[in-house]
Amino acid sequence: MEQEKTTLQDVVIRFSGDSGDGMQLTGTLFSETSALAGNAISTFPDYPAEIRAPQGTIAGVSGFQVHFGTAGVNNPGDACDVLVAMNPAALKANRRFVKPNATIIVDADTLTADNLAKAEFKTDNPVEELGLTGYNVALVRITTMTREALAGVELDNKSRLKCKNMFALGICLYITGKSSDHASQYIDHKFGSKNPSVAEANRLAIDAGYNYAANNHLFHCSYAVEPAGLTKGHYRTINGNVATSWGFIAAAERCSRPLFCGSYPITPATVILEELAKHKSLGVKTVQAEDEIAGICTAIGASYAGSLAVTTTSGPGLSLKSEALGLAVMAELPLVVVDVQRGGPSTGLPTKTEQSDLMQALHGRNGECPVPVIAASSPSDCFDYAFEAARIAVEHMTPVVLLTDGFIANSSEAWRIPSMADMPTITAPEPAECDGDFKPYARDERYVRRWAEAGRKGCQHRIGGLEKNALTGNISYDPANHATMVATRAAKVAAVADDIPAQSIFGDATGEVLVVGWGGTRGHLQSAVEQMRSKGHSVSLCHLNYLNPLPKGTEQCLTGFRHVVVCELNEGQLAAHLRSSFPHLHFEQYNKVEGQPFTVSELIDTLNKYFD
Amino acid sequence: MAEYRYTPEDFKSDQQVKWCAGCGDHAVLNAVQRALPEVAEALGKPHEKFVFVSGIGCSSRFIYYMRTYGFHTIHGRAAAVATGIKVANPDLSVWVCTGDGDSLAIGGNHFIHAIRRNVDLNLILFNNEIYGLTKGQYSPTTKLGKVTKTSPYGTVEHPFNPGELAIGAKGTFFARTVDAEVMLTKELLVAAAKHRGMSVVEALVNCMIFNNKTHADFAGDKATRAEHTITLRHGEKMLFGANKDKGLVLDGLRLKVVTLGEDGYTEEDVLTHDAHCEDTTLHCMLAAMRYPDYPVALGIIREVEEPCIYDEAVEAQLNRVREASPIRTMDDLLRSGDTWEVK
Repeated sequence: MEQEKTTLQDVVIRFSGDSGDGMQLTGTLFSETSALAGNAISTFPDYPAEIRAPQGTIAGVSGFQVHFGTAGVNNPGDACDVLVAMNPAALKANRRFVKPNATIIVDADTLTADNLAKAEFKTDNPVEELGLTGYNVALVRITTMTREALAGVELDNKSRLKCKNMFALGICLYITGKSSDHASQYIDHKFGSKNPSVAEANRLAIDAGYNYAANNHLFHCSYAVEPAGLTKGHYRTINGNVATSWGFIAAAERCSRPLFCGSYPITPATVILEELAKHKSLGVKTVQAEDEIAGICTAIGASYAGSLAVTTTSGPGLSLKSEALGLAVMAELPLVVVDVQRGGPSTGLPTKTEQSDLMQALHGRNGECPVPVIAASSPSDCFDYAFEAARIAVEHMTPVVLLTDGFIANSSEAWRIPSMADMPTITAPEPAECDGDFKPYARDERYVRRWAEAGRKGCQHRIGGLEKNALTGNISYDPANHATMVATRAAKVAAVADDIPAQSIFGDATGEVLVVGWGGTRGHLQSAVEQMRSKGHSVSLCHLNYLNPLPKGTEQCLTGFRHVVVCELNEGQLAAHLRSSFPHLHFEQYNKVEGQPFTVSELIDTLNKYFD
Repeated sequence: MAEYRYTPEDFKSDQQVKWCAGCGDHAVLNAVQRALPEVAEALGKPHEKFVFVSGIGCSSRFIYYMRTYGFHTIHGRAAAVATGIKVANPDLSVWVCTGDGDSLAIGGNHFIHAIRRNVDLNLILFNNEIYGLTKGQYSPTTKLGKVTKTSPYGTVEHPFNPGELAIGAKGTFFARTVDAEVMLTKELLVAAAKHRGMSVVEALVNCMIFNNKTHADFAGDKATRAEHTITLRHGEKMLFGANKDKGLVLDGLRLKVVTLGEDGYTEEDVLTHDAHCEDTTLHCMLAAMRYPDYPVALGIIREVEEPCIYDEAVEAQLNRVREASPIRTMDDLLRSGDTWEVK
């Protein structure tokens, strides 16, 4: 078959195999290579909650999708142009993510009767059974060829076979016109000194896969893309959890306070604690607490002692932290609570994404207990919104909830590295000099009290969760005082609206359809709106990062359209929030709760209905 | 070291103390306010370095009566908040005031983990064997069979002994006092403050209203206390009684009370208290002694040196990493690892 020499604008590759097949590493190396080649990238790992589900079963399939291209790479892509399936279960599990006429690379050695049975195939022809006959299916004996390529390496058979993911990587690097240099360097760095045989085996497997693809005409299509026209500057790849961690370290440096993180492991938020634990050289202290409650409580203690304090969690953990979050509201101490949202309720879908904690973040506490709530909308802007959450917390003396989600937390993209000199300042509200007469609840014109950390001379004071006198902080059961304090706490949070950017619209300010979204769905929503607009449809996007208080101008943004469609990965929580904020406006909804991000195509299908 | 001289008055706040008349907590407050000038002098700590943290319950109101930094937190979580304070700033002298319900029921997890980590906190456990502030429900230290509002036919669950719990969690300092013994309490608090690592001081306090005389059998008055408690001192014989005529000996693997001169026992046979012994066995047995089979042990039951003190170790590790790392600023971190330039 003659190879087509076409250059595409963007390509999606999905690597899939057994949980133990190393698909996450394969995908990561491929995406880094793409990024180094100047492509815009967006990636998404899709893995089961079980560490090693039974081998060969559909439950044990782990996937990693990479979207790379010249432009328009706002999300990891709905479906793939190339699927790598390391066993029949992977082929079956990922059938639905395959574009028509895609290239499908299957490890032919795994198509045994036993494996087909484990993947619940009824016939001995999985390609036909899955309706893939018209596709460009390459049955490649990856296991055999990997074994043969590594015949000369001093390794046991099992270790050799572990390199078959690198063989598959080699194939993909070739068909996308990429160099294997980065992957080889990574292998050397990881194994070179500790285990030279393993390094050699992995390198040989990459080369073998690369050469196999070069010498073979099974692949009739080249998937090369041109570099993206990215803004000048230094770049790196980053995922949402790492970006969140770095945003906090940056904020701590900017306000000259040490960073403290009290946290408890929970999927998909754990990486933030792991990442922060690495950066002691930047003064970061981490406490892996005995539970979620101790996570936030140690953070509240650290805040009382003057640190920039954060705690990190996911949905069920936020439930456990709610009482302590109320204490931070009452004590008016700066604190950031990160909720990396996952499918709920209860344990729900730990490794899958959802946006169903918005109501919990806004309202999930006893009493009148307002907190600012903000949400990041891409892997890299987790850095900006973590920084922003910390800035608001410190400058307004309040706990802030930062919502991300499993999708942007685990996805990565190329990120233009900022310079600290360009980051905003963060000014902590320091107390004036005191001699034992410090009034903990004296406020400035924005209702912000002073942050007198324990240990500061002359500012000794008592605070706590009981209602307190509006000035002295002493316990007060006075009815009028309580009403004043409730109103003041609310006014303080409302005043944050004066300190955040006004809401803007992508597209025209008036028209037929306004898509409204928030948080991690921005990439998909923006792609869908861009595509609709390119076809001449009157569609705009109003994407929210600030959920409480809503930014100035939000109402105006929502009023110029015939249809306002709130799209979110839940059953309508932002829609409910907007309805209660703007009861005179009408909102329509598009909701999805499948533990998966939106696809651009489903959004376009939905939006097209308004133009029938 | 700078010298800091204070009086008990310097630690009294302007707030009216609102515990019931006759409540044992008054005596502990008194002892704390007397102890702090001594602690400040011994540790070279100025007034502003003292922080009191409490949970919820009668005893947790303690912090409002101290003219120090104070944080009245939420039910059960004082030890966790205090851990955060101490880790953030190890230079502070951090005190936790908590009750039997607060630390052994809702806050049991934080209590044992603060002890396990050996955070350098001083925790005063006010044990009145009842929930006072909610008006008289049984607590995790209420005696088996006790009739309370939530156990109208008597409890059917065994109580915790806080000493066994603390020592079982490898606590490095455990002491016990009773409310009436103000000078002993003060002495133990000073020792707790000087101890490097987590110190737990159990104060057996009386609740006049909901659990009156719960400790009276052995601690009711001076004469009773002499006969039915034993104040342990490191290096001294385990003798008790008004005439110091009774003692503790080991009989196989059990403690036994003997009277000197009876059954051939002399002072020679009586155990010598070794609070510094790393092995927890005998400390646990001493903490577990219950009246009327045994005298109730007061004083420092366990005080061992443990080099791994959590807050100090966190700080030390941070400094070690900082010295070795090339990453000194956020800009260094941002530019570290794999980056590329688009020109």
